[in-house]
Amino acid sequence: MTDGLLELGISQAGALLRTGEISSRDLTRACLRQIETSDGLLHAFLTLTPEEALFRANRADFFFQQIRRGNHTEPLTPLLGIPLAIKDVLSLSGVRCTCGSRMLENYIPPFTAAAVDNVIEDGAVILGKTNTDEFAMGSSTENSAFGPSRNPWNPDHVPGGSSGGSAAAVASGMALGALGTDTGGSVRQPAAYCGITGLKPTYGRVSRWGLIAYGSSLDSVGCFAHSAEDAAILFETIAGFDPRDATSQDIPRPEINLDQVDGLQGLKIGIPQEYFIAGIQPDVEQAVRNTLHTFEALGVELVPISMPHTEYALPVYYIIAPAEASANLARYDSVRYGHYHAMPGYIEQYKHSRGEGFGPEVKRRIMLGTYALSAGYYDAYYGQAQKVRSLIRQDFDRAFTQVDAIAAPVAPTTAFKIGEHATDPLSMYLGDIFTLPANLAGVPGIAFPVGFDCNKLPIGMQLMGRHFQEELLLRMTHAYQRETNHHRLKPNAGIR
Amino acid sequence: MPLTNEEVLNIAHLARLNLSEEELALYRDQLSAILEHFERLKLVDTSNVSENTGVPEAGLLRDDVPIQGLEFEKVLLNAANIEGRQFKVPPVFGS
Repeated sequence: MTDGLLELGISQAGALLRTGEISSRDLTRACLRQIETSDGLLHAFLTLTPEEALFRANRADFFFQQIRRGNHTEPLTPLLGIPLAIKDVLSLSGVRCTCGSRMLENYIPPFTAAAVDNVIEDGAVILGKTNTDEFAMGSSTENSAFGPSRNPWNPDHVPGGSSGGSAAAVASGMALGALGTDTGGSVRQPAAYCGITGLKPTYGRVSRWGLIAYGSSLDSVGCFAHSAEDAAILFETIAGFDPRDATSQDIPRPEINLDQVDGLQGLKIGIPQEYFIAGIQPDVEQAVRNTLHTFEALGVELVPISMPHTEYALPVYYIIAPAEASANLARYDSVRYGHYHAMPGYIEQYKHSRGEGFGPEVKRRIMLGTYALSAGYYDAYYGQAQKVRSLIRQDFDRAFTQVDAIAAPVAPTTAFKIGEHATDPLSMYLGDIFTLPANLAGVPGIAFPVGFDCNKLPIGMQLMGRHFQEELLLRMTHAYQRETNHHRLKPNAGIR
Repeated sequence: MPLTNEEVLNIAHLARLNLSEEELALYRDQLSAILEHFERLKLVDTSNVSENTGVPEAGLLRDDVPIQGLEFEKVLLNAANIEGRQFKVPPVFGS
């Protein structure tokens, strides 16, 4: 059994590994072969770690053998022997971590990020590090200094971003799951564009320790998989308290129960009018509305709601995130790490090293943030943005007194063509309007496939929930996926 | 109001970014367009609203406990310019 290996999800593969029907070594080799076949075109990976992957796979197989022989009584973890990909903004000790930037082209982290550590600890096999928009700033992976990734459903289109490499890797069967990060939609939007399930947890639920910072009050580590069931396994593994992250929340590790006796009966989904506006691609809106009917058939009550400050999420995000980025990225001074251009004076060395090391979008956001924080402009931009952020958060608080989850499209369109927004950064930003509010409010969100547009590109929908209610979002998505087939469909156009 | 070249150069200086002539013109126009789009934010009445950092309040303080630091060799590995066990930098004072 090797042909069907690439079709497996995490929980299916886990079951077969436990019975010994497949080995982690064969599974890992199948992924590595798929990478060899497809990644020349898709460019999902920036760095591969095949030797370490096979070493970990062999070790997992040894464990499984010991357990089957009764020589081992440790409980099995659901990620044991499962090949995963990691977005290249999460540190893995000894493996270069570029953040998609020339600035960190040769940077080798001396430690491993908490979330990565958690999956390794549970026996996962790390295949390599995936492509990203530079420092996670972007919505297409076109801002990667190492070239864009491509969408497995149609390589002329973007896979979304910034975690586009992780999404493309999972959608094309190069990995069974992946970790990504979501600061303004960077897990949910690529999941939608690539037709897979992506979870952005509540801010503070997954440790940011070892994640190379972009917007610290917004950054969340999330995960990609083929189904809510598999995303739940990854989420359970990476969530939890970590004293090394000052904003990590000290609440127990989640134990997700996807099947409840009374199903979705009695739950309410809010439909905010501000998320169903002119300009949405008609087949995207249609697919989302069809999905809402399916939820209705599952016993959910649909409730029209209003979140009046939604339209301000874009300017608020594009002031706050760049402001935080301008502070976070000040650390790239060419001294301890990063691109280095020797100059006689330290300010000149600083300016030249950064001028060469950073790409256009990063420079744009650093300058935007610097401007928003500068004397004379702080109150008008950053201060006002923080206040409107409060209002956006209140929109969510109010909505969650009426409903259990909020439904919306993930993006106004399906995956756009590579180069389509190349000359106009603002038009690229506008595509983020439906994902930004969840980050500003710190609430969890899940994206999952709900159909295809007329060009056979996947359409995604998102559900947003109350703080720390990832379980409910996963449960609702799981109930939908039990009734439908969209999440089982895989791209094939010359790729698989 | 569109940004002037001088304003963009000042921002770039504050951000410690060296810009070419072409970059200066490009970012002047792009940042101006983005800031213009942000003008709508000023229309929101926030007179009774407090600033929200988005960061949860609990857990921000912890005891100050010494822990094992990073391995010296691994850390120095990433620096372009070292001397012995030290980072080498251009003169900081008087430059």
